[in-house]
Amino acid sequence: MSEQRMTQDMAVELKDTSDHELIEMHTSGEVGETLLEVDHVTLRFGGVVALNDVNFEIRRGEILGLIGPNGAGKTTCFNAMTGVYTPTEGKIRFKGKEIAGTKPHRINHLGIARTFQNIRLFPEMSAMENVMVGCDARHKTSVVGVLFRLYRVRPSEEELPDSGIRRSLAKVFGISRHTLEERAGRRRSMELLRFVGIADRAHELARNLPYGYQRRLEIARALATEPELICLDEPAAGFNPAEKEDLMGLIRRIRDLGHTVLVIEHDMKLVLGVTDRIVVLEFGSKIAEGTPDEVARNPKVIAAYLGEPDDAA
Amino acid sequence: MDFDNLINGLDRATLDGITRGSIYALVALGYTMVYGVMKLINFAHSEVFMVGTWTVLGVYTVLGATSSSGTGMVIGATLLALIAAMLASAGTALAVERIAYRPLRKKGAPALIFLITGIGCSMVLVEVFGQVLKYFFGPPFGRVLVNVPAVLETKTVFTIPGVDLAISNTRILIIVGAIVMMVALDTFVNKSRLGRGVRAVAQDPDTASLMGVNQERVIMLVFVLGGAMAGVAALLFTIQYDSTKFDIGFIIGLKAFTAAVLGGIGNLRGALVGGLFLGIVEVYASAIWDSSWTNVYAFVVLVVVLMFRPTGILGESLGKARA
Repeated sequence: MSEQRMTQDMAVELKDTSDHELIEMHTSGEVGETLLEVDHVTLRFGGVVALNDVNFEIRRGEILGLIGPNGAGKTTCFNAMTGVYTPTEGKIRFKGKEIAGTKPHRINHLGIARTFQNIRLFPEMSAMENVMVGCDARHKTSVVGVLFRLYRVRPSEEELPDSGIRRSLAKVFGISRHTLEERAGRRRSMELLRFVGIADRAHELARNLPYGYQRRLEIARALATEPELICLDEPAAGFNPAEKEDLMGLIRRIRDLGHTVLVIEHDMKLVLGVTDRIVVLEFGSKIAEGTPDEVARNPKVIAAYLGEPDDAA
Repeated sequence: MDFDNLINGLDRATLDGITRGSIYALVALGYTMVYGVMKLINFAHSEVFMVGTWTVLGVYTVLGATSSSGTGMVIGATLLALIAAMLASAGTALAVERIAYRPLRKKGAPALIFLITGIGCSMVLVEVFGQVLKYFFGPPFGRVLVNVPAVLETKTVFTIPGVDLAISNTRILIIVGAIVMMVALDTFVNKSRLGRGVRAVAQDPDTASLMGVNQERVIMLVFVLGGAMAGVAALLFTIQYDSTKFDIGFIIGLKAFTAAVLGGIGNLRGALVGGLFLGIVEVYASAIWDSSWTNVYAFVVLVVVLMFRPTGILGESLGKARA
């Protein structure tokens, strides 16, 4: 990393931007409306039925948990939702539009982002750069626009550079939109790193970060693409109880920013503690759906997932 | 064996080696970038370079530029030739990607198939210049060495005192031009937004797509950039050697590929290191032994280096090539 780049980033850090305005989601939809609809989806691989007539919806502004024993079809369901698999029967609709057959980067632009059960960061980039890749997804300037800086914007007073000549030039010719987007991206990335709590190691290579930092960096990178729906695939895997507690707080704060959250998780305590509603899968079929209380009391769920109830004997 | 020959002419040999190496390095960038992003050796890249040299000749012919042209014409013709060669080579690279690689990628073809279509494209392009264009337009197309006018006349700019080594304007242009282009490309990949996308795809293509990076666009960008660098190399080559040929791409492409592997394929800085290393080794070895064995020396060095450093001198991937 060059000297100049470092100082630029540090200047951003020093500036007090700890307001959430930079990273808040602005959506036009109403809380409670259907955001993503899994409509009687069946998915077969040869003779194996991975998902059998699964039917549920994710409502805007909620935290939905998707749980089930190993091999229940959670990750398959997840992959179908992010366009990796096309359902054999049934439809998956996001904001009313069918998403089967849409390319992964288009699905991201539609407003769905995800993290991975097995961490998949860009290992040779700094934490900051990882998040900036996510921010870039939302930038508007084209390849040609970036190379030749054709699209100029009249800068506001605070966007003008400090030094004399560059300031005068910027006043006459404006600042390229790309430069402004790049600057905004850097500010937003830093704010997101602060939001997930890893800003202190923003300039370290992702592969050198501790495990917990890497998990949270994945969340920051996904948030950077401004997703209306963020899907977290086993975000607590490998966390100790204190870290799980932190994560629950983080998931709630993500929702408070204006994102809808889908959590796939093994850890019952975490799922029961943080979600608004839960969908339970077993052997590719939905066996229950409801609030955490309802699900926790559901005998089918107890039998399938939590083991036989204590009073059954 | 004639070590005296090398030692007496060491300064001159080093200069020759750096000149030659600069051209190898520029062409090597095209191999290394495509490999970094797609894990594919684009065997048609040698012909991307060849098309560039013919474009330079074409621009000179159309403008009527010769070695006796005025200063304005020399500068104008050289600049125009540079731009035209970059565009033509980038266009050729993009066309190869569209015709030979993209349809296969869409169908999920195995990696080996791409090598064959790449070689096929390369052969077609060679025959277009060696046979097809000759059939329609006659000379200068055809299977003979073609003279490219030395529009930029070689003049000694200064002499390094002590060793009495004359540095000419064309040498300066070639070495400085190549280094400037490489620094620009390196900065682009490591610092810019588009470069960030390129590195993201190089490190993990699937995750990059899920984070909203348009993989197809990154692939196009990589071919265009690699092609443009080959276009620059084409102009510099014609300035140094005043000639081209329908199959000129073969040996230059092979050497550039060797340079890319020597430096560590997938690594931009490796291309520079590998190119210069190969260029200097060739010239030194030719001074010591017989210069008609140049190609043998080049590949012996490749084998020896790879025996000790199987991933090349710098041995990293495009994703890792960073400050």
